[in-house]
Amino acid sequence: MNQTVEPPATARDAAPDDASPPTRTTGVLTAGQLAEALPGALRKLDPRALLATPVMLVVEVGAAATTVLTALDPSLMGWLVTVWLWLTVVFGTLAESVAEGRGKAQAASLRALQTETTARRVRGGNQARNAGSLGDLPTDEVPSTELRAGDVVVVVAGERIPGDGDVVEGVASVDESAVTGESAPVIRESGGDRSAVTGGTVVLSDRIVVRITSDPGQSFVDRMIALVEGSERQRTPNEIALNVLLSTLTIVFATVCASLWFVADFSGARQSVLVLTALLVCLIPTTIGALLSAIGIAGMDRLVRRNVLAMSGRAVEAAGDVDVLLLDKTGTITHGNRQASALLPLAGVPETDLAAAALLASLADETPEGRSIVTLVRREAAEAGRPAEVDGEAEAASGTLVEFSASTRMSGLDVGDRVIRKGAASAVAAWVSGTGAPTTSDATAELGAIVDRVSSSGGTPLVVAERIGDAPARVLGVVHLKDVVKDGMRERFAELRAMGIRTVMITGDNAVTARAIAAEAGVDDVLAEATPEDKLALIREEQAGGRMVAMCGDGTNDAPALAQADVGVAMNTGTTAAKEAGNMVDLDSDPTKLIDVVEIGKQLLITRGALTTFSVANDVAKYFAILPAMFVVAFPQLDVLNVMRLSSPESAILSAVVFNALVIVALIPLALRGVSYRPAAADALLRRNLLLYGVGGFIAPFVGIKLIDLVVSLLPGL
Amino acid sequence: MSELLPALGQVAVLVLLLALTVPLLGRHLARTYTSESHTRLERGAYRALRLDPDADQHWRTYALSVLGFSLVGLLVLYALGRLQHLLPLSLGFDGLPADGAWNTAVSFVTNTNWQWYSGEAALGHLVQMTGLTVQNFVSAAVGMAVAAAFARGLARTHGAGRVGNFWVDVVRGVLRVLLPIAVVGAVVLVLLGVVQNLAAPRLLETLSGGSQSLTGGPVASQEVIKQLGTNGGGFYNANSAHPFENPTPLTNILAIFLMLLVPFAMAWAFGHIVKDRRQGVAVLSVMAILLVVSVTLLTWAEMAGPGSAPALAGGALEGKETRFGTAGSALFGAATTGTSTGAVNSTHDSFTAPGGGVALFNMMLGEIAPGGVGSGLYGMLMLAVLTVFLSGLMVGRTPEYLGKKIGQREIVLVAAYVLATPVVLLTALAVAVTAPAGVAGLQESGPHGFSEALYAVTSASNNNGSAFGGLTSGTPFWNTLLGLCMLLGRFVPIIAVLALAGRFSSQRPLPPGPGTLSTHRPLFVVLLTGVALVVVGLTYVPVLTLGPIVESLS
Repeated sequence: MNQTVEPPATARDAAPDDASPPTRTTGVLTAGQLAEALPGALRKLDPRALLATPVMLVVEVGAAATTVLTALDPSLMGWLVTVWLWLTVVFGTLAESVAEGRGKAQAASLRALQTETTARRVRGGNQARNAGSLGDLPTDEVPSTELRAGDVVVVVAGERIPGDGDVVEGVASVDESAVTGESAPVIRESGGDRSAVTGGTVVLSDRIVVRITSDPGQSFVDRMIALVEGSERQRTPNEIALNVLLSTLTIVFATVCASLWFVADFSGARQSVLVLTALLVCLIPTTIGALLSAIGIAGMDRLVRRNVLAMSGRAVEAAGDVDVLLLDKTGTITHGNRQASALLPLAGVPETDLAAAALLASLADETPEGRSIVTLVRREAAEAGRPAEVDGEAEAASGTLVEFSASTRMSGLDVGDRVIRKGAASAVAAWVSGTGAPTTSDATAELGAIVDRVSSSGGTPLVVAERIGDAPARVLGVVHLKDVVKDGMRERFAELRAMGIRTVMITGDNAVTARAIAAEAGVDDVLAEATPEDKLALIREEQAGGRMVAMCGDGTNDAPALAQADVGVAMNTGTTAAKEAGNMVDLDSDPTKLIDVVEIGKQLLITRGALTTFSVANDVAKYFAILPAMFVVAFPQLDVLNVMRLSSPESAILSAVVFNALVIVALIPLALRGVSYRPAAADALLRRNLLLYGVGGFIAPFVGIKLIDLVVSLLPGL
Repeated sequence: MSELLPALGQVAVLVLLLALTVPLLGRHLARTYTSESHTRLERGAYRALRLDPDADQHWRTYALSVLGFSLVGLLVLYALGRLQHLLPLSLGFDGLPADGAWNTAVSFVTNTNWQWYSGEAALGHLVQMTGLTVQNFVSAAVGMAVAAAFARGLARTHGAGRVGNFWVDVVRGVLRVLLPIAVVGAVVLVLLGVVQNLAAPRLLETLSGGSQSLTGGPVASQEVIKQLGTNGGGFYNANSAHPFENPTPLTNILAIFLMLLVPFAMAWAFGHIVKDRRQGVAVLSVMAILLVVSVTLLTWAEMAGPGSAPALAGGALEGKETRFGTAGSALFGAATTGTSTGAVNSTHDSFTAPGGGVALFNMMLGEIAPGGVGSGLYGMLMLAVLTVFLSGLMVGRTPEYLGKKIGQREIVLVAAYVLATPVVLLTALAVAVTAPAGVAGLQESGPHGFSEALYAVTSASNNNGSAFGGLTSGTPFWNTLLGLCMLLGRFVPIIAVLALAGRFSSQRPLPPGPGTLSTHRPLFVVLLTGVALVVVGLTYVPVLTLGPIVESLS
């Protein structure tokens, strides 16, 4: 897998910097945002819209009931409670509306991409599967909205690509800034792993033929718009489950309040519907009920802000549960552009022979490794005063380039009767012995020693061998490729380990090399000399053990593994196949972001749990406020329970209702931003959050209700 | 101070006895519910009943077996009650009225043992022995079976919804656990002075010249299973306050020990069954914490309790037997309501207001401290699942308990469990205090009268069976209402528990790691205790306010 596409450096730089989250506007709630969200919040008051959040529906029904009752029998207390009950519902819908509003601006800019363009559709292109030159067939001009999956279009420089598709012919530079926010153009070419293009992006140079892969309304941009606006948001399994429980608690407390009507009557302490409604609204978990959907939308939004699109909310939740992270070494753990640092010839082989063979095999190799070999050989030649050109370089152009493939794990050049191969030690050794060379000799022993030395130093040994005519091939030596581990990876892996997540480094390198780098980077496990099949097998094996696996990938051969993984992040630079297979797409094509995705998933779940705990813990204080107030007239001795010394029964009930409403507004920023989160073991996280939101949720309302009571008690006539 | 030492002494004896026996019995219980071999006696029983003891039942079949078995028991008991005047050994008593027979049948089948009648003045030996005593054994065995099925559901890796064999669980529960302990216990009780005979009532002349009929009977044999199976239905109306049932402080301690033995041992067995003993210890710890707190509060309330009468008398002795004293009564009271026993050795009606409140709250928690035989364990485990769901998210993973995920379908079942008892209890309460026939049964007016009604529906809905006293419950209204409470309060939760067991059994467990919430640490023990108190307890705060709390503060 050392063919991983290197993301453009600028794209990585553009990715949000972990060290400076405050610079982003996430979580800051301005008055302007609230005002903007208000119309949407009011629209959501429609009872049918509230069906999805039964807790808030109960509050609305209660508010409606008190409105009618107070209209029939007006009192200041009645109107105040009624107003605050309505505000409770509005605050709930406001939270959701604000969360959605944050995606609106982004959606607007994406919509601009959907302006109808004229496409040049190749006549009969949808039938021609493998025709050689689709680009030469006659074309019809059709509106882009008429394109269907399977159609083939021609796009030239300056034109907008009319729909999502794969490049089937040609190569072009494309401006994808509208989708990714990255201004540097990217190369899109037919075949390989960079063939996918997105509708709405602009071709800057050259001419490409694109096979459309999506029907109108189902394009990538359509999905992005739906995702960032939250309109297509499906509630996640855990969110649904939590809703079930919140509804259950609501039914329990509704039963409590309903039975209290009769019981209070029996006890000679008759209660009004107004007071019982106030009690009910205070007891049911309105805080989490109101904020639950906002938390979900904000979680998706946090991903979007990191330029990751989750195709399903389920995947975001799964990210929190991930046990195993499969990380490609190249580009994720190491910088990826391994540099040739030394030529190590075997005994008896002149260094110039090795240099020449390595150079010839690398001339047409456009990978960073290949280019670095050419650079190294030329520099060494210059330093030794030799001519820059090596023997046979002139003929090399006429030779046949053998491209690297994941299954042979070798590349090279066939020129005349000379066959040069470079590649992983085991692959080259197998090839050499396959040509009839003895499997054990001084040379093989020496090669093994060099390879081990290079590997154990963390480098990658690239073995170079050549074969002339039918003679057995012989190994010339080793090119030492150095792979540099990114800064800070060790610390991140340690954090992940503390969270209980195991990291597995996937690499095409041999086992020794892989282990050396793994040790340097601090990953837990290594899958060396990995083929895509190995990767898939590893995922299946982990899943069979009940573990959840996350991975990222870009190539078509990654698609099965991406589909198999519980969280599959496809790189935006990757193929359509990969993007279809994964359940997330990273627009920055930064594999490191897999770790962020996991953290965002965890943060989402923690926020949900923290606010649920907070909401439930609140009830204790509310009882202390409301129950004495309800019954103190009939049973004066209950005044002892008025521990907050609230000024009057009316004020106590109203203060609890007001607190209950205001706490929703107060927690909107937290719901949107997510609770602060540091990677740690489960027990440490639980202890911290329990202290903060459990104990805090127990104490906060005592303070809050008392403060509100101080204000409310100033109201004349209450 | 002089009273405090014996109070602590009896607790120390009890703790010692339990510490010695619970792990042993726990291991034995785990073997009983997981072993694959049958004894010869059991094989004979299966052959006679035409059962395949090696069939592994799907939870639905298991639940239907529970319901079918209980239904048959209910019908038999009903018939025995209605027709007792036609049967031998009736001691001349008439058949029970329809509502009374219904109430008694439900009461004993649901392991509640609420008694609207006076045992010695309404039931003959045959009904007591073949009806009530048999149900005392099997209703307890049913509770244990359900808990064992739940534990196995959690422990299984590829159960496909199968949770074990109900018939095997019941037969083994009776033959391997309850019967042997009961035989030994009965002998010990007889040695300590408990009555055991089949004699007809004896007429005596009292000192004042009047005459009294003293009923003897198979008391010890019923007494031991009454406590051991957390049944609580006494041979005599006075229950464990009667000198023939509970003659000395020694039998008193033994009774309390027997009540607590199996519930705690089930928690220990749970650890064995799920192959992680720490989980069992954690569950047991929560039970113990709640029990210790309630014993402390209740003992404090009774020994130094508020109120002018107890203050003058130096303790609340009204309604208590002098041979046990306040401490012995308080300890018994906490144990009988913390388990689902419901036997009483003092009149709970005469407890101080806070004392009565503690007893009520114990039952309201769903009897999980340590609860009924089996029902205590599954009740606590349902709360553990709820706790994990509520707070487990705070570790950043979707909730799981013992490696089993708690998703939407699981939480629906937990929700059904959590809903059942409060809805039944509060609805019944509203009906009782509104209907004239309900109010008519209350002895007192005001908060204490309300407490009587509250205690009755709480005791019935939670299958406790202890009576507050003061309530005239043997009316068609109360018999019917409380019968419904007992029936729904027993079987709705059981169905939810078995369904969840089935769900868990078909789930492949996830391996634990540092990222998973550990459910055996002290932090979780505290959390579970907190959830039990806040989530379950808070439901009843308003009604408690109008009853015991108002009383306490007056």
